[in-house]
Amino acid sequence: MKVLVPVKRVIDYNVKIRVKPDGSGVETQNVKMSMNPFDEISIEEAVRMKEAGVAEEVIAVSIGPQQAQETIRTALAMGADRGILVKTDANLEPLAVAKCLKALADKEQPEMIIVGKQAIDDDSNQTGQMTAALLGWAQATFASVVKIEDGSAQVTREVDGGLETITVKLPAVVTSDLRLNEPRYASLPNIMKAKKKPIDETSPADLGVDETPRLAVLTVAEPPKREGGAKVEDVAQLVDKLMNEAKVI
Amino acid sequence: MSVLVLAEIDANGVVPQTRNAVTAALAINNDVHILVAGSDCAGQAGAAAKIAGVSKVLKADDAAYANGLAENVAELIKSVATSYSHVLVGATSFGKNVMPRAAALLDVQQISEITDVVDAETFVRPIYAGNALATVKSSDAVKIITVRATAFDPAAAEGGSAQIEDLASAGETGLSSFNGRELTKTERPELTQAGIIVSGGRGMGSGENFAILEELADKLGAAVGASRAAVDAGFVPNDYQVGQTGKVVAPELYIAVGISGAIQHLAGMKDSKVIVAINKDEEAPIFAVADYGLVGDLFKAVPELTSEIETRKSAR
Repeated sequence: MKVLVPVKRVIDYNVKIRVKPDGSGVETQNVKMSMNPFDEISIEEAVRMKEAGVAEEVIAVSIGPQQAQETIRTALAMGADRGILVKTDANLEPLAVAKCLKALADKEQPEMIIVGKQAIDDDSNQTGQMTAALLGWAQATFASVVKIEDGSAQVTREVDGGLETITVKLPAVVTSDLRLNEPRYASLPNIMKAKKKPIDETSPADLGVDETPRLAVLTVAEPPKREGGAKVEDVAQLVDKLMNEAKVI
Repeated sequence: MSVLVLAEIDANGVVPQTRNAVTAALAINNDVHILVAGSDCAGQAGAAAKIAGVSKVLKADDAAYANGLAENVAELIKSVATSYSHVLVGATSFGKNVMPRAAALLDVQQISEITDVVDAETFVRPIYAGNALATVKSSDAVKIITVRATAFDPAAAEGGSAQIEDLASAGETGLSSFNGRELTKTERPELTQAGIIVSGGRGMGSGENFAILEELADKLGAAVGASRAAVDAGFVPNDYQVGQTGKVVAPELYIAVGISGAIQHLAGMKDSKVIVAINKDEEAPIFAVADYGLVGDLFKAVPELTSEIETRKSAR
């Protein structure tokens, strides 16, 4: 089967973000960008499915500016077969992203789309569920184990109180959680090979998707700062403070 | 127009985060209805009707809703949503699974994990692991919203007397089926509801070493949590995880042990009332947010803390 994996270019998870002084957003100029960590897990899962003979082809899709091509190259170096860049300078909302993915799925006919459960920039946690809804497919979110067996997938999900197992009919959308796998590092030979793999280019307009946002961002502000940093000498002093100053125990 | 809250239910009744969502709904409009979808859910509907401030309960009783499968519940929300100005749910794993699907069926851009209601169209939500707060205004006809429970006090569980109305099922989609659930067994309070949390990080070294945190937790009546690093290392299950990609908590007291304080962990606990950090690395970023920092060996400090608390408590 064919597996489609969207990969998002986001500010690297190690970077301490800065809110722009005019409150219009977060500074993204001259900031290190990387693939959303959950998307690395999705690519890894798809590549492992290919290595196990379950999947024939893995397609990495990124929706973003020209530079998102670098994110696709990373996916190709990890083992994806080809890429599709949906080029736009707009910051698409999850609903518009899901519409792009639906249009691509209609064209490519994958049997599975593996989406990161959330992107670490807008923390929306919506794209996978929305894509499944628009396609009329089943969804298996927050997956920690995925087993494919004749026409369906058995998925273990991370839920609030523990784990849950469901069976979804294929085609389906799976969203990857932290423990699904540990993504590999791309080897140098594979990075070189990835440069030769094809990347097609399209745009939201080509896919018939309206980019107009539904949410107007009025301001982006820094959260109130926490006044921390005080130290205690020893355990006795700590217990003392907790009992008599903070009065929390 | 009224505001609808989707209840999350379990065998015991209505899950507490539902009541935080009711408070957020009441901040939008004082006519709040609750949708209870389940199988043989008369008991849960009765519990929902008692929540203070709720004027009507819609009960959809069908085997299709027995296990909260997103495909079925989203269709049900779609069938009623256009009679409401807003549909809200607590941002639990249930709410996060179901609501975006319903939003897409309605062609609505969901607003995730709101922490404040500015007006009926404008909401505040954290982005970048809570390192920025975005104020967004929705132009959609129906607003679809998930609510971060720690930002709103729960509505009282008792005091209401809403009428219960039956709602027709939207049917079984047949796309997915439920096989089973394996819940972590614990006598301790649930992380998101606990007044005190003791959390361990990579510094714990192993899963076995969490035993010293459990002893401390039991002394305090606390829940046990963990950082993503500890989950990644396989020390504890994922449902222990506090952080951007785990649970968001705001207890009265949060004790971080052997946790360095990565951005993604701070996102899940920095709204706690009092934070204690125990770490041997004096430069660890966790100390910057801690009200009380103790630099030292956790394997010595934690047992000492447990016995010190025991001594002082028995002296009171």
